[in-house]
Amino acid sequence: MASKVPPPAANASTPILKPGSQIVVDTLVEQGVEVIFGYPGGVVLPLFDKLYDAPLRFYLPRHEQGGCHMADAYARASGRTGVVIATSGPGATNLTTGLATAMMDSVPIVAITGQVRTDLIGNDAFQEADTTGITRPITKHNLIVKDVKEIARSIREAFYIASTGRPGPVLVDIPVDTEVAQCEVEPAGPIEMRGYRIRTQGHSKQIQIAAQAINSAEKPVLYVGGGVITANATDELRALAIKGNIPVTTTLMGLGAYDQTRPESLDMLGMHGSAYANYAVQQCDILISVGARFDDRVTGKLKTFAPGAKIVHIDIDPASISKNVHVDIPLVGDAKTILTEMASLIEHRDRTEWFETIAGWKKKYPLSYDNNTACIKPQYVIEELSRQTKGEAIVCTGVGQHQMWTAQFFRFTKPRRFISSGGLGTMGFGFPAAIGAQVAMPGQTVIDIDGDSSFSMTLQELGTAVQYQLPVKVFILNNGYMGMVRQWQELFYHKRYSHSFLKVPDFAAVARAFGAAGYTIEKKEQVPQVIKQALAEKGPCIVDCHVEREENVWPMVAAGKALDEMDGLELLERMA
Amino acid sequence: MKHIISALVENKPGVLAHVAGMFAARAFNIDSLVVGRTENPDMSRMTIVVIGDDKVLEQVRKQLAKIISVVKVQDFADRPIVARDLMLITVSAPPEKRGELLALIEIFKSKVVDIGPKFVMVEVSGGEAKIEAFIDACRPYGIKSLARTGTIAMPRQARAED
Repeated sequence: MASKVPPPAANASTPILKPGSQIVVDTLVEQGVEVIFGYPGGVVLPLFDKLYDAPLRFYLPRHEQGGCHMADAYARASGRTGVVIATSGPGATNLTTGLATAMMDSVPIVAITGQVRTDLIGNDAFQEADTTGITRPITKHNLIVKDVKEIARSIREAFYIASTGRPGPVLVDIPVDTEVAQCEVEPAGPIEMRGYRIRTQGHSKQIQIAAQAINSAEKPVLYVGGGVITANATDELRALAIKGNIPVTTTLMGLGAYDQTRPESLDMLGMHGSAYANYAVQQCDILISVGARFDDRVTGKLKTFAPGAKIVHIDIDPASISKNVHVDIPLVGDAKTILTEMASLIEHRDRTEWFETIAGWKKKYPLSYDNNTACIKPQYVIEELSRQTKGEAIVCTGVGQHQMWTAQFFRFTKPRRFISSGGLGTMGFGFPAAIGAQVAMPGQTVIDIDGDSSFSMTLQELGTAVQYQLPVKVFILNNGYMGMVRQWQELFYHKRYSHSFLKVPDFAAVARAFGAAGYTIEKKEQVPQVIKQALAEKGPCIVDCHVEREENVWPMVAAGKALDEMDGLELLERMA
Repeated sequence: MKHIISALVENKPGVLAHVAGMFAARAFNIDSLVVGRTENPDMSRMTIVVIGDDKVLEQVRKQLAKIISVVKVQDFADRPIVARDLMLITVSAPPEKRGELLALIEIFKSKVVDIGPKFVMVEVSGGEAKIEAFIDACRPYGIKSLARTGTIAMPRQARAED
């Protein structure tokens, strides 16, 4: 490599030339980026050299997937766009699970990957992969920048696309010779993209029609998804629900969008949602969907979903409307503006009968479990965590039974407090997500409620947590199984536990080996005290809690069943 | 049911792959897809023939429009259009059959673009019905090979200027 020659002093006739690598860093700073997650490699060496003394905080994961999940959770917790950098070939392919996770949950991320020299592309070069080809289906947009003069514009557009409309991950692939080449930088101008126009204002006439329909409804239900949180519209939602006296249920992604301690809250709906939310949806006469997409985990059998309901759908993405379920009153636009306009037209209705019916369901089928056992029930640990953190913690999860129990038994009152992989269902998301969330919100308590199998997928990020002393608290509900897989094998495969059990390590010892604190809970009486100690730890901490091995998540809407054909209701009834 | 969709897309590498990949991922049934430059070097026009009902067509339109490099999507379902397909077809033409084959080509208002001792190559353009009819008419003679572009289409002028 050529030795560095200092650039000529700027004067009126000498243009200031900068290498692509510097332009990348400068544009990131210009876009307001404060934090980057990333992993070095051959073709990103020029870029990393410029990151060495850049005014940016950098966090190194132990695997690019971990880094991508960290950037993802950073975005979910803060509302900002996450940034992750990886090298070409394996660095980029290691990002794919993280990008797909962000894509499915509409999270704003800009991923920058290095690429081999432009003249080597397509030649099976060392550490070459067709990154843009591989990530095309799992990014909102991607591009490869072969001309250094295009770097600044490409990154500016990447941030614009990632963070506007329905957010999503955008990947910018930069060949190493583009990083080294030099050019003058154009200042930022207004962004004009022919193929990308965002509609924020809802159609006023449609809003009127929707409001009229809601006002004349006897049994309305608000079905709220993650989109309300993304739109920062939780205050507007609350105002509408209270003014109109309408019960509210949220999806997994929408947890925290509505204060679960309020009387209108029906908690979560869907495959493992509460019976009262599912019954309410199936028997409502109008279903007002805001920022949700009628996902199969929510609807159960589509043909019998909300049979008597008129459907109102407020969403920023027109492609989500009438995709699965026919929508009667579609409203494309930003949730915040639409909910505000709608609230002014909504009138209070008593709906006493409807609320009494709902109260009856809540009494008959509460979310519950049998805690009169000597063994530790996972739900008990979660309830104790909810009690002790008093609604102030950010809660991340892996995927599986522990995730569902967290959704059922942890009380969420504020948005951006529940961070979980909903759409893709990525095991191993929880721990790196907690790290990313902690980076975003340094003053807050961040906990990861995880499963032993999920945690085992990304536990090497303990290195990152310890290196940067990020005081995340991981509570592993350890049952030695992939719990959800085991539950399905119990219910549908005659308990043939085909390869769903693990030999788990002593997680507390693993934590200590990495330099974190580690606790093990084996007795029920230890639970409150150890949780208290763990939460008070100054640095990262793992709590390995040995829980009941074969506990099931109830209620459950089995595959192919309607939303009101739930299993496990007799169990819940008995425990009511 | 076949529907024709016309999309104006940015003339950049990867756009065709993106659209084709999206159709594959969403399991949309594509009969043909043609793309070529327009009078504007930055833009290409893609003409896609989709097989499906109205519900499928609505999703195809919306998912196409969602792709950032796709600038405009037009659904030709309710509009009068001109639709054309271009084909090159090599047909077996032994001396004893050549006369009637050339007459057939004349009837279809097509052109002979290559001629050899055993085969003739014919260029045929027209609507799908005409192309299909010509292929059927050639079958008895023996088709050596054929290549079709797939349908391109543009809307007719309305009575009042668009």
